[in-house]
Amino acid sequence: MLTELRASLRPAIVLLLLMAVVTGLAFPALITGIAQVTMPARANGTLITANGKIIGSELIAQGFADSRYFHPRPSAAGKGYDASNSGATNLAPGSKDLRDAIATRVADARKQGLTGVSVPPDLVTTSASGLDPDLSPEAAFSQVARIAKARGLDEAQLRGLVQSAIAYPLLGLIGEPHVNVLLLNRQLDQKATIPHP
Amino acid sequence: MILLFTGLIVALAKPAGNWMYALYAADCLPGERVLYRAIGVDPRAEQSWIGYAVSLMVFNLAGIGFLFAVLKLQGVLPLNPQGFPAVENLLAFNTAVSFVTNTNWQNYGGESTLSHLSQMLGLTVQNFLSAATGMAVAFALIRGFARKQVAGIGNFWVDVTRVTLYLLVPASIVLALVYVALGVPQTFAASATATTVEGVKQVIALGPVASQLAIKMLGTNGGGFFNANSAHPFENPSAISNFIQMLSIFVLGAGLTITFGKAVGNVRQGWAILAAMMVLFLGGVAVTYAAEAAGNPLHHALGLVGGNMEGKEVRFGVATSALFATITTATSTGAVIAAHDCLMPLAGMIPLFNMHLGELVVGGVGSGLYAVLVYAILAVFIAGLMVGRTPEYVGKKIESREMKLAVIAMIVPSLAILGLTAVATVLPAGLAGPLAKGPHGFSEILYAFSSAAANNGSAFGGLTGNTPFYNLLLALGMFVGRFGVILPVLAIAGGLSVKRVVPQGAGSFPTTGGLWIALLASVIFIVGGLTFLPSLVLGPIADHVQVAAGTLH
Repeated sequence: MLTELRASLRPAIVLLLLMAVVTGLAFPALITGIAQVTMPARANGTLITANGKIIGSELIAQGFADSRYFHPRPSAAGKGYDASNSGATNLAPGSKDLRDAIATRVADARKQGLTGVSVPPDLVTTSASGLDPDLSPEAAFSQVARIAKARGLDEAQLRGLVQSAIAYPLLGLIGEPHVNVLLLNRQLDQKATIPHP
Repeated sequence: MILLFTGLIVALAKPAGNWMYALYAADCLPGERVLYRAIGVDPRAEQSWIGYAVSLMVFNLAGIGFLFAVLKLQGVLPLNPQGFPAVENLLAFNTAVSFVTNTNWQNYGGESTLSHLSQMLGLTVQNFLSAATGMAVAFALIRGFARKQVAGIGNFWVDVTRVTLYLLVPASIVLALVYVALGVPQTFAASATATTVEGVKQVIALGPVASQLAIKMLGTNGGGFFNANSAHPFENPSAISNFIQMLSIFVLGAGLTITFGKAVGNVRQGWAILAAMMVLFLGGVAVTYAAEAAGNPLHHALGLVGGNMEGKEVRFGVATSALFATITTATSTGAVIAAHDCLMPLAGMIPLFNMHLGELVVGGVGSGLYAVLVYAILAVFIAGLMVGRTPEYVGKKIESREMKLAVIAMIVPSLAILGLTAVATVLPAGLAGPLAKGPHGFSEILYAFSSAAANNGSAFGGLTGNTPFYNLLLALGMFVGRFGVILPVLAIAGGLSVKRVVPQGAGSFPTTGGLWIALLASVIFIVGGLTFLPSLVLGPIADHVQVAAGTLH
């Protein structure tokens, strides 16, 4: 055993250092180099800028509280939508805290004009990352009445806007239909500059 | 979608298996000679199982030391744009053991703890090498079955080098670029600071994510760049990126069954193992999906409709999240796209049970194959008892030495899981961990040690693991669960390789075909069930009954 041990020391150290350089430095550097040259927007986080300022990332949820905007799902990331502190509540299905939090959110949504018996579940639950940028179409439609009122827009027109923003699953199989909240709200703001008839 | 996924895996298994067979069997690959000269080994020199095991242990212990050093020195090393300080001692130790053992249990949040350099030079390196180590052990065991009266089981240095440089690195380059194209960041820059539409400052963590993600999935490692792992929109931007991640988790493990079949001269032996795996896999998916799609009755009472969306992402939804949870625990990956702690009790039980079975449903890269072959040894032994013949498997007689070692390899992880869980449930330091009260709190502890000893790495995230107690005990579980299986497996390989091959006769129990597939799947299911049923009753099943009865904690 001692002979084998002695014979293994040099290969272990040399191979480890060699692999560290190849897989830990050269490989990430190569990918970074190619990505930064060929796909810089994607490689840098799909950021959205307005007037030269970064206003967020297309892929990352940000908080919206104003009634004139679509609200994203509630967030457990940091103190809410903290994009350097992702995470879930990790509350169990039988958790009283979770049940109470959802009950409060349902009541809030009803106060803000949510109608109908059924509540879209994603509207009142937190996501796994706390940064879920999307809503289900049902959760987006459920906010249309409130936003139409706040903005003085036509409800049918707003529903059309949501409808056109839905991304559908690939081949109807992979994924779920969803609406990106930040992009939708940006469209709202662009619409608002057109005078309402 | 589940059928499409299974179909693609079966289709991809053959080319992947053939490629790995080439690495397994090739005498010399272009360009590798100069490497072995630099390392100082003779690539033709065969190692005994003891020599192979010693090399493996020295290499892995050196890896733990190296990773620990990187984590401790990150404060003074470059590529630390957020200025993170050195990682605390016990956390660094836990993380080092975790990544070297292919577990990737994380008691920290990546984006708030680690520098870019630690992610690359620390974690990514071990993502490659731990996967290569698992594959090397699988190669050694295959040689044990395939060789005829040869003393050696191959050369550890050659196996690790080949798997890393001729399989994992090239495949990871392609995958990483695909991930960037789908929206995964890849930059050395610091976090971006945005001012949101409503005027709030939002700091968006970035980094070399794609390069780490590629090997994290392919090598069934599972350690996230971000705290939320593959649920984070940067680590998994769309259902398409998610589908590719799921495929890349399964492809090498599935392919290895074909490599095995080819090596023992009958590919049908490999297909039979893959079929038994798929039976167990689809059963697990069905239960998880059913429990999740039914949703939470406590929340339905508040007006919510449909499946359980707490801790899930809209772009994945309930079905994909259920499929992923099964995939990640059927293998030793442990990446997540949903918060497992928030899964319905019976849905959370399937990931637990998958880990209890030893993650051999396709399994970790390499580790899945050697785990399932241990069960195959047990299954032929049971079949041998029934017909009263000395059992044999793919032409090798299975005798008392093989049986003893196989039982050790099966018992060690179970002992680690149940023993450490028991310790944690009686000590105050252990009981301080869980977030949930009631049976779900027990599930959180059980899940942690199952995940550690099975080298999975996923978590019921409510558990506060970054304490001295859990950092040390989980590290112990990971170490024992990894090497307590690898060493007996190498010993089996060494014993088998010197045996002569018995020709298949009329009385041999066939290890292909439906009867064998059913026997193997049943043995795995029953042994796992008998060992862990009591703990599952105390945890998820009690939890399920309480949720159904409307009890809140």
